[in-house]
Amino acid sequence: MTDITPSGHSSDHGNQPERLGYSPVADIPHKPRVTDIDPKAAKRAERQVASMFLLSIIFVILFVVAFVGIDKSTAIYIPVLGVVGALQVALGFTMGVAILLIGAGAIQWAKKLMPDVEVVQQRHDMNSEPEAAAEAAANYQRGKEESGFVRYPIIRRTLIAALALFPIPLIVLLRDLWITPPGESPEEELSRTAWHEGLRIVADGNFQPIRPEDIPVGGLVSALPIDIMEIQEEEHNLNARGKAAIILVRMDPDQIRSQQGDNWDYQGILAYSKICTHVGCPIALYEQRTHHLLCPCHQSTFDLADSGDVIFGPAARRMPQLPIGVDEEGFLVARSDFTEPVGPSFWERS
Amino acid sequence: MSTSSPVETAGAATATYVDKRLGSNRFLGRNLGKVFPDHWSFMLGEIVLYSFIVVLLTGTYLTLFYKPSMVEVLYDGSYVPLKGVMMSEAYESTLNISFDVRGGLLIRQMHHWAALIFVAAMVVHAFRVFFTGAYRKPREFNWLIGVALLTMALAAGFTGYSLPDDLLSGTGLQIIRGILQSIPVVGTWAAFLVFGGEFPGTDIISRLYAAHILLVPGLILALITVHLMMVWTQKHTQFPGPGRTNDNVVGYPLLPVYMAKAGGFFFIVFGVIALISGLVTINPIWIFGPYTPDQVSAGTQPDWYIGWLDGALRLMPNWETVVAGFTISWNIFIPSVVIPGILFTGLALYPFLEAWATGDKREHNLLDRPRNAPVRTGIGVMAITFYGILWIGGGNDLIATAFDLSINSLSWFLRITLIVAPPIAFIVTKRICLGLQRRDRDKLLHGYESGRVLRLPHGEFIEVHEPINYKELAVITSKTDYSPLPAPEKTDADGVKNKKYLIQKIQHKISHFYYADDVKKPTAAEIEAAQHHAAHDAMLEAPLHEYEDADQISTFHGGVLHHPGMPETNAEQVAQQENRSTT
Repeated sequence: MTDITPSGHSSDHGNQPERLGYSPVADIPHKPRVTDIDPKAAKRAERQVASMFLLSIIFVILFVVAFVGIDKSTAIYIPVLGVVGALQVALGFTMGVAILLIGAGAIQWAKKLMPDVEVVQQRHDMNSEPEAAAEAAANYQRGKEESGFVRYPIIRRTLIAALALFPIPLIVLLRDLWITPPGESPEEELSRTAWHEGLRIVADGNFQPIRPEDIPVGGLVSALPIDIMEIQEEEHNLNARGKAAIILVRMDPDQIRSQQGDNWDYQGILAYSKICTHVGCPIALYEQRTHHLLCPCHQSTFDLADSGDVIFGPAARRMPQLPIGVDEEGFLVARSDFTEPVGPSFWERS
Repeated sequence: MSTSSPVETAGAATATYVDKRLGSNRFLGRNLGKVFPDHWSFMLGEIVLYSFIVVLLTGTYLTLFYKPSMVEVLYDGSYVPLKGVMMSEAYESTLNISFDVRGGLLIRQMHHWAALIFVAAMVVHAFRVFFTGAYRKPREFNWLIGVALLTMALAAGFTGYSLPDDLLSGTGLQIIRGILQSIPVVGTWAAFLVFGGEFPGTDIISRLYAAHILLVPGLILALITVHLMMVWTQKHTQFPGPGRTNDNVVGYPLLPVYMAKAGGFFFIVFGVIALISGLVTINPIWIFGPYTPDQVSAGTQPDWYIGWLDGALRLMPNWETVVAGFTISWNIFIPSVVIPGILFTGLALYPFLEAWATGDKREHNLLDRPRNAPVRTGIGVMAITFYGILWIGGGNDLIATAFDLSINSLSWFLRITLIVAPPIAFIVTKRICLGLQRRDRDKLLHGYESGRVLRLPHGEFIEVHEPINYKELAVITSKTDYSPLPAPEKTDADGVKNKKYLIQKIQHKISHFYYADDVKKPTAAEIEAAQHHAAHDAMLEAPLHEYEDADQISTFHGGVLHHPGMPETNAEQVAQQENRSTT
């Protein structure tokens, strides 16, 4: 034993040795722990702590063994967890336990063997002493006079103005975060899609053109322009797809109460944008009995039998309708682009 | 006197070497024995710090494998169901981390779990600080840093969530695009600049990546450092208790107890995160599939801390106005920009508003019990209620499906509840706090109810009150009694007009709102009177054999009440007793 550490283990609170800078809290009776009184218990605690550290070492070794030994494609069944990757579980378990045991050991050590007597320290007001404040003020005065900050108002004002303006280049530089194509504006880009007159409509997935008879009454088909893949390859992005995606629904023509344009349907087949007018989630939750379209993100509900009008939820605008017809080969085609922007509202649109 | 091992000798030599160059012993001498108060709730902040360290470590590992690129590639990794599918390099590299890098999935899941725990612990830590008034002078700056950290944590979470470029997170980005576009005047341009053109474009992932691995964590690291330095300088607050005052700090010294406990706790947090991540799957992006802007899955949910914003978006009525050919999307702008803006501004300013409204300029190192600040506690619960309803709103589709409810009725119910419930929560909370204050006052005056019921000789039943123990006494008497600020005068004694009358009037009103109902601690006189009363009680309940005429009573255990000469009432008994002592 060295005498460096003042011992806190004393069954008698009154005999607590003074520690540097503070003293045990007066008036709090201290109940000694078992490890304070019983050397056997203290020895036991010592063994517990050391075993935890030792076990941690063993688990580190197990981690390495698992990393090397278990094939990453091995799956095992573990009750509660189900079928899981053996390597993933083994690595997580060994690493977790190895690390956890270090913490548990340290805390056990602190709780059982280190002093458990609370001590007191005094606080001091946060404000500085008057002399320090006076010194700061004096230094400020000296700085003010030596620099002539007040004496040369023109320097002061031009400096302030210069400092106020120097971030401008840094902000201006952000302008080309979007390298705007010549003659383009956000408004124009948002207002047109890949659809145009006579463009064939293909089903999403197999990219086959659709005949009216392919869609049963009550059915819904997600669809895209026939040239969508070429556009994607040319533009190297999914922007066109994000605007041109549509859904086709077919209902009994008598049930169509209104449309956004005269006869924009084809034999009861209606084409609507798939992009919600609220914040732009794609929609395909369609209830054929009510003709309601429900957005999965924020539950805006549109009535496709009634011009795609909003009947519930946070969306403010109806779903834009695409006028469709068939070409000479009998495949569904667009009759024009959308007549209003698809997707979320924006400032410049009216 | 002391014997030193070679290690200690070497350590001492190193300490001297460093000290000669940095003067480090000055700092160590002062601080190795620094006292830290102990309370389980102080571990919440530690969890935040430790989970952040885990996030940094695991995040650094992930950057070694992740590719922040939206270039479309054909998947040819070991996850069979997606073989041959076109996807972005970001998504592909995330799949590779999950399936081809040994331990990659573990680290990815640790990163995600640690991030969730980071934000959750931060929120609960903020609750602790708020409800105990720990943000009061001198700690207002640290509260502001805390609020900044909270926003940064949300930013870190959201930017990271989006990086795998899976279907779920991409839908989240699509919503962000919609939100940006809803900002009046500049919104459309803001969206185009952020995404580098139309959504989704090919820039957003690498831009989010820069923010996620450099900008945001750098800020968080800097802010956490300042946060901790302030805690260090100002010393930690403490809960009231025996020997604890506003001017001292009671706890354990840094070396060795606090260091062992806090250091050990780091390993516990780290280990638990590793265990959870090894056993519980989170964010299985391989199930969601790669992002494409024309697909979405039903029942999509963001990470928990974004849920309330999603709920606000869902519950908002569909207001939109077109003014002079320009569109203002209130339905998006209010829930996703205005409401969070108000909440976070209110959060940041609250300490200053409260200090101003109550005229409280003292330093506070002793924490408040939430009941002793009923209005603050009420406001906190009100805010939590508001947040909670928005959060429920964020899962309204899941709730409607699970409980077979109409989504429309549920949304309407939540819309109304959002307005009605918070004020009710405030009133109820405040009343509960005041009730608890009254109980504390009773405990001081009459002791606690021991649960021991006595039957007096004359038949009355009383419950014996025992004096509370010294710990509870210290806690209860720690309450500071506040009084509302006095009403201002329109003119002073000399008839000079008080220019600040209006503002002082408002201040007076608010301070009245805060403190008018406060239940004051009993005065010394009241306690004395109560003790006198208690002495009476003690006398009344004294076993009958202590009475001088006890021998005249055969037994009272069986409840024999009417014995010749026995008093019928308390008063009679007391009178009789007093007669005896005087004669």
